[in-house]
Amino acid sequence: MTQIFKDSDTDLAHRAKWFTGRVAIYGALSLWAFIALFPIYWTLTTSFKKAPDVMKGAMVPWVDYRPDWLGWKSLGLSPATIGQESTVRAEFLGRFMNSLTISVSASVLAVILGSLAAYGLSRFSYKFLWMKNSDISFFFISQLILPPVVLALPFLVLYKELALLDSRIGLILLYTLTVLPIVIWIMRDQFAGIPTELEEAALVDGLSIWGAFLTIVLPIALPGMVAALILSLVLTWNEYFFAALLTSTHANTLPVMVASQTGSQGISWWSMAALSWAAILPLIVIGVILERYIIKGMAAGAVK
Amino acid sequence: MNTGDLLHVVTNDNISPARAGFGRAILWGSVGLFLLVGLLQTLQAGGHLELGFTNWRPTLYSYALMSACLCWAQVLIRGEQGKRVLFVLPAVLFVLSLAIIPLIFGLIIAFSDWNLSSPLGRQFNGLDNVRQMWGDPFYWNALKNMVWYALAILAEYTIAFGLALLLNAEIRARKFFRVAFLLPLMLSPVAVSWMIGKSMTEIRFGPIARLARALGWDNPSFFGTPEMARATIMLMDAWTYIPFMMIMLLAGLQAIPKELQEAAKVDGAKGWRAFWEVTFPLMLPVSVTALLIRLIFKLKLADIIINVTSGGPGGATDSVTSFIFREYRDRSNVGYGTLLAIVYLVFIIIAMLGLLKLADRWLRPQT
Repeated sequence: MTQIFKDSDTDLAHRAKWFTGRVAIYGALSLWAFIALFPIYWTLTTSFKKAPDVMKGAMVPWVDYRPDWLGWKSLGLSPATIGQESTVRAEFLGRFMNSLTISVSASVLAVILGSLAAYGLSRFSYKFLWMKNSDISFFFISQLILPPVVLALPFLVLYKELALLDSRIGLILLYTLTVLPIVIWIMRDQFAGIPTELEEAALVDGLSIWGAFLTIVLPIALPGMVAALILSLVLTWNEYFFAALLTSTHANTLPVMVASQTGSQGISWWSMAALSWAAILPLIVIGVILERYIIKGMAAGAVK
Repeated sequence: MNTGDLLHVVTNDNISPARAGFGRAILWGSVGLFLLVGLLQTLQAGGHLELGFTNWRPTLYSYALMSACLCWAQVLIRGEQGKRVLFVLPAVLFVLSLAIIPLIFGLIIAFSDWNLSSPLGRQFNGLDNVRQMWGDPFYWNALKNMVWYALAILAEYTIAFGLALLLNAEIRARKFFRVAFLLPLMLSPVAVSWMIGKSMTEIRFGPIARLARALGWDNPSFFGTPEMARATIMLMDAWTYIPFMMIMLLAGLQAIPKELQEAAKVDGAKGWRAFWEVTFPLMLPVSVTALLIRLIFKLKLADIIINVTSGGPGGATDSVTSFIFREYRDRSNVGYGTLLAIVYLVFIIIAMLGLLKLADRWLRPQT
């Protein structure tokens, strides 16, 4: 590989080819990065536009138009209005807290239940009725193919009878159910990769199986659990279908609020943009900071 | 006894008869309590008794208590063996109570006429719902749309594979590109429907519409004709979910040993041939997994449709889920909607089993 002279004709042709290859790769990468990022950029800039700027389709702030806090003012989140009372902001923060409580509780619950089950399935052999370990695993993971719409209307009726409609706890339970198969899938992979000798040593030292699990295995499996937790958080934060059906006034989540604003006529573009952007901001932050874990979580199970 | 266990534990359980007895007592006691509360509430619902229950919460509480006692009793009665069961039992109970029981309940309401806003309540109507479904062109249309949406996955797969190859190449700023490519997946479909579906495709000043005009399409309307509307929905969904497949494929690419590709290079395979004859076959298992999981997510497609087109024009963009959602919103008929959903589930199970079998047969020669 270490050539001293690189100026013969063949070498130069090679270099040119290599160069065009590089240009093509970076061109394709930049194009897709543009496609992926432009809608986010567009929404953010739109939230700072005034009506004429929106109508012009202005693109670049400070060049095409002068940014203004218009959209954020209508949400009560601009520098000028942050100190004042604002019903919209109260509404937004209420929905935000709902989303936060529901998605965090559901994800944590799913990770606890799912990790326990995945650990048990990876270490012991069970027999419930006719079901062996592989059947139980399949039972859990097959829940993935259950489309939400199948459960939606039965849940609507059941929750009505149980007075759980429009309550946070109802949504938490349902969301836990929807992400549980994914958590089990990721965690099963994690625990399978941890050698059993570790726990055997701990058992010899006098720990019980639960003691060994909690003190030895969990710390090792922590990165996988974080990955599962974040993936669950993303999915539950964005969930719309169940939230739209099962909540009305108290337990609405952010997506429901965003969707209800789109429906109203005479959309003020800037305030919708600000609202959408505020709703996706937490996930953008998570995506940028914790990208490693998300990729790890999704890659688990894909590669055996 | 535990021949299959990976962890061998030898413990001598000294379970005193009193402890086992206590375990049995709380187990059957809680079962009895649940049955009693359930019976009382059923009697009240039937109008035989008046006990002042306003909802079914008491039954729910006694059910939760019964589940907890069941878990505890395992340890009390079976000792070490029970502690092992305790790992899996909570999750099993959770899924049973939240998925299987509602599913069975759904089967019952699927064969009834139940308008939530009418005072009559639930009434069995036998196969009326099935007959209505048979003659419902919109439902079959939605199913047909789902086939189109599912086929779009193949195009998404091609793009995702290309992006994964790009990210796997030797590039600078890999982290930046990875984060940028991942971001669409993090965004809520509802926000995406507004950001792209409403704002960027707005006919007068949306950037996509202006781009289309600059490219020579005089009157860009993205939701005017059925085909165009469906294609736009597909594109928006693809935009959100391509990163998902891309990451799985990227993980697969990174798991391929470098030696294999180098060996292929030594043997003279370059460019396309190296890809088709070495990389692609090695990626088949990962590809099948990624495609199947993507299909599962695709079958749940609804949020974007509900928020952007609500099924229009003329049901051309309806997915099954969005159709049932609208059916319920418009008529609040729980029975019919549930039947449609359950039929959909049956179709999905058949298709999935077929695909799994196909994938199995397809992959066997390679592995």
